[in-house]
Amino acid sequence: MSDITAGRAPRDPYRLGRSHSHGLISATGHGEGGPASKFVTVAYGFWIFLLSDIIMFSAFFAAYAVLSKATADGPTGKDLFELTRVAAQTGLLLTSSFTGGLATLATHRRSMAAAQFWLLVTGLLGAAFLFLEVQEFATMVNEQAGPSRSAFLSAFFALVGCHGTHVGLGLLWLGTMMAQLWVKGFRPEILRRVHCFSLFWHALDIIWVAIFTLVYLLGVSS
Amino acid sequence: MSETDGRIEQALDHRDAAPGEERIEEHELAGGLAGYLLGFGLAILLTIASFLAAQTDLIYQPAVISALTVLAIAQMGVHLVFFLHITTGPDNTNNVLALAFGVLIVALVVLGSVWIMGHLNENMAGMTPHQAATMP
Amino acid sequence: MLGKLDWSAIPFDQPIPLGAALVVFLAAAAVLIWITLKGYWPYLWREWITSVDHKRIGVMYIVLAALMLLRGFVDAIMMRTQQALAIHAPGYLPPEHYDQVFSAHGTIMIFFAAMPFVIGLMNFAVPLQLGIRDVAFPTLNSVSFWLTATGALLVNISLVVGEFARTGWLPYAPLSETTYSPGVGVDYYLWSIQISGVGTLLTGVNLVTTILKIRAPGMGYLRMPMFCWTSLASNLLIVAAFPILTATLAMLTLDRYLGFHFFTNEAGGNQMMFVNLIWAWGHPEVYILVLPAFGIYSEIFSTFSSKPLFGYRSMVAATMFICIVSFMVWLHHFFTMGAGADVNAAFGIATSVIAVGTGVKIYNWLFTMYGGRVRFDTPMLWALAFVTTFIIGGMTGVLLAVPPADFMLHNSLFLVAHFHNVIISGVLFAAFAGFTYWFPKAFGFRLHEGWGKAAFWFTLAGYVLVFVPLYIVGLLGMTRRLQHIDMDLWTPWLMVAAFGIAVMIVGAACQVMQLIVSIRHRDVLRDETGDPWDGRSLEWSTPSPPPVFNYARLPHVENEEPYWTVKQRAVDDQAPEIEEGYEPIEMPRNSPTGFVTAFFSTLIGFALIWHIWWLAIVGFIGAYITFVVFAWREHGDYEVPASEVERIDRGTRAAQLAWMRRRERPA
Repeated sequence: MSDITAGRAPRDPYRLGRSHSHGLISATGHGEGGPASKFVTVAYGFWIFLLSDIIMFSAFFAAYAVLSKATADGPTGKDLFELTRVAAQTGLLLTSSFTGGLATLATHRRSMAAAQFWLLVTGLLGAAFLFLEVQEFATMVNEQAGPSRSAFLSAFFALVGCHGTHVGLGLLWLGTMMAQLWVKGFRPEILRRVHCFSLFWHALDIIWVAIFTLVYLLGVSS
Repeated sequence: MSETDGRIEQALDHRDAAPGEERIEEHELAGGLAGYLLGFGLAILLTIASFLAAQTDLIYQPAVISALTVLAIAQMGVHLVFFLHITTGPDNTNNVLALAFGVLIVALVVLGSVWIMGHLNENMAGMTPHQAATMP
Repeated sequence: MLGKLDWSAIPFDQPIPLGAALVVFLAAAAVLIWITLKGYWPYLWREWITSVDHKRIGVMYIVLAALMLLRGFVDAIMMRTQQALAIHAPGYLPPEHYDQVFSAHGTIMIFFAAMPFVIGLMNFAVPLQLGIRDVAFPTLNSVSFWLTATGALLVNISLVVGEFARTGWLPYAPLSETTYSPGVGVDYYLWSIQISGVGTLLTGVNLVTTILKIRAPGMGYLRMPMFCWTSLASNLLIVAAFPILTATLAMLTLDRYLGFHFFTNEAGGNQMMFVNLIWAWGHPEVYILVLPAFGIYSEIFSTFSSKPLFGYRSMVAATMFICIVSFMVWLHHFFTMGAGADVNAAFGIATSVIAVGTGVKIYNWLFTMYGGRVRFDTPMLWALAFVTTFIIGGMTGVLLAVPPADFMLHNSLFLVAHFHNVIISGVLFAAFAGFTYWFPKAFGFRLHEGWGKAAFWFTLAGYVLVFVPLYIVGLLGMTRRLQHIDMDLWTPWLMVAAFGIAVMIVGAACQVMQLIVSIRHRDVLRDETGDPWDGRSLEWSTPSPPPVFNYARLPHVENEEPYWTVKQRAVDDQAPEIEEGYEPIEMPRNSPTGFVTAFFSTLIGFALIWHIWWLAIVGFIGAYITFVVFAWREHGDYEVPASEVERIDRGTRAAQLAWMRRRERPA
């Protein structure tokens, strides 16, 4: 039995009964029960890393917020953004988040075929998202609205590009991990990686929510 | 990993949930496939609402910003609850506290920068294009 | 083929950098040849370079920090002597070189001396204090260290290949943009800080996870030693602040490499945004350095006063208070940029408020000593010097926190004196104190007290002699970073400061002598019991040096001072703890991943600095392959057999028993 399902549905999930082992209070939240399991440790470490990543995005968001009016007499968001494409991108990424969840459920069932299939679908949706983003960037650069046109466009390309880079790196990770899963099967360390990937992928979707709202929708409506 | 280790981990794992670990029973609202489906549905609805709020006149124009912000925060909440399985249970305290710390820092950095830079911009004497062009 | 790199990059016409580089190169070559001749490479590779043991990595961090501290100190000597010589005269450093010297001094001291020193001490001590066997992610720890080393290497390469930034230790835009800094100096800065910054961030993630998720059974949050608490706060700040630095420097990099307009003069760029963002990292950075230092002092005050730390819980609260509020004060670094009265007032008040947290700590330390049996060993001397001088530095800081006063004092040597005052007594003294305190734990013998005390007194005297005059010339109107001086009013004070740095050189020499003498006399200074200072926290229950697995059995913690309790109980009962059975221990395997990653990141960094694109691509591919090879390995752990654990633990227990027999029953 691997550790990924460990702790599911215990009788007293939060140890409210505070059973004593070794004479210690090992109820949750007190941290007195000794080292956490590898699974919890790895996932928590990755959680902390994700927070740092989100804070990095916040600096790009801050730069965008400050510079979004600095168009240097160049095109504005209203002139450039195509909401149909953004809607398609949003749909793709959201669906990939959902299929990523289905992949997680498949790993819980230890179904290799289902897990690989849903991971593949997740990756393809991510790739499609990335393709649309590259297409958008290419169109803008061709319209003389590249990042060196104005501070607004610099901030836009950096922010959205940073998210895109994350998606790209996520795809690289996903591919490597799928190969590993295929070769090595549902081993604990692989399951931990699958779990971390799903955290990463959902976090990217959360950042995309902020981007499509603050950059695209507000850019077009104001 | 040997079987013994697995058993030990199972015993230890009662204390804290890993971030994103699903501990909710399948019959509960946010559990299993149903949970993902529900989250997906809610996220789609909220996305559509956002696009409608921005694109149509359904919402009083000056309030669009607030509406979009609220919808975005709601959607992030949906992601956290249904996809990342964040709960208010004591086994999630560490995860939620870390998240809260992160959100606080994000807010400080973004709002602080906007506040500071707004004031700086306001206090800066504007330059005419001519002045800017002939600057030393 | 080689991008912008050609022979003109090497400053053949400038004797000072070339001579310095030659000396460094010869010294490095001599060390490498010596290692080769002695046949130490296999040992170094096996036991250190590929080691994932947190103790070894901590030691390597400190070695790196000590070397860089010397490098930064040489820069400081050059600045002090230049300012003493260049009164109505050109001095010996031309302006473009002088600018590089002060930029390199700040960069090296903060990023490659102070940070690695503090991180090294945390790496070494935190897992021992928590009663565990290693950090959460041992291999990642090794990667972090080697990335930091890469950054340090790149900065030092800039000494001879090309140039370093002339922009100050924070490359303010637009000076750092290509328009005004077309050379590779700023690029060296950017890539070395980015690469070492990734290492620092990973350390932060690693230690936060370690402290929050991996502790000995019974070690609840409010039983952790103070150093663990401050390390937690510091690493939370690393996790929260370093991404901002990464993003800001990435924006500057985009400006410089791809023609973006974040901080340029043209096309709507906003230079003030750079200042804003860099200090949103920069102020937490101050506390990243000083919080662990506070932790070290807390341990030392308690140990050498033979008393529990006074006001433990208020100390925890003050630490977490500082951790949060340090993110609300960054504007005080640019009051004069003109954000207006309300913004300045808000940040000025926040800045004054954060001093309250530090004040709480100062009183706690004083009350810890009150009524205790204070022992004046070298670590305690550093701690006492810290409390007295840090208060002055803190008060000048509160002075600078008042915006109208800051308008008069900003950019002056008063400011320079202020932050050196707090950072030297706060961080450097703590580093020396922690070094002396934990040295016996790391190597099994104590440092020589006589030389340690000499080093302490010379360093303290030199430090006062350098920075008190700088406060005064600051008040007399002297601005920072002056390459030559035309004011006779300042002359005597600059001379005193130059004399002070000479005294500090004697102090540094004493430190080196202390190390040499201690190593030669290590048999006399041997620490048999693992508890040379009569310590109170868990690390002193292990032998010195601790075995690779630290603890044969994970200790069970029952209160805030677990080892003190165990000792008292053992002395009272005249019997050691009951011996239980031994079990085999799983430990992480050594891995060259960190070293190989650093090799490829050095390639990437150097290639990007000189625009050698193919080499950068090679580096990225190499890094990815390293990652995959690491991810694919079959066995991450090895097992220390129970018999081996028993053999090691028996030796420890015998030594501790012998000590206990010698020790009298307390009255």
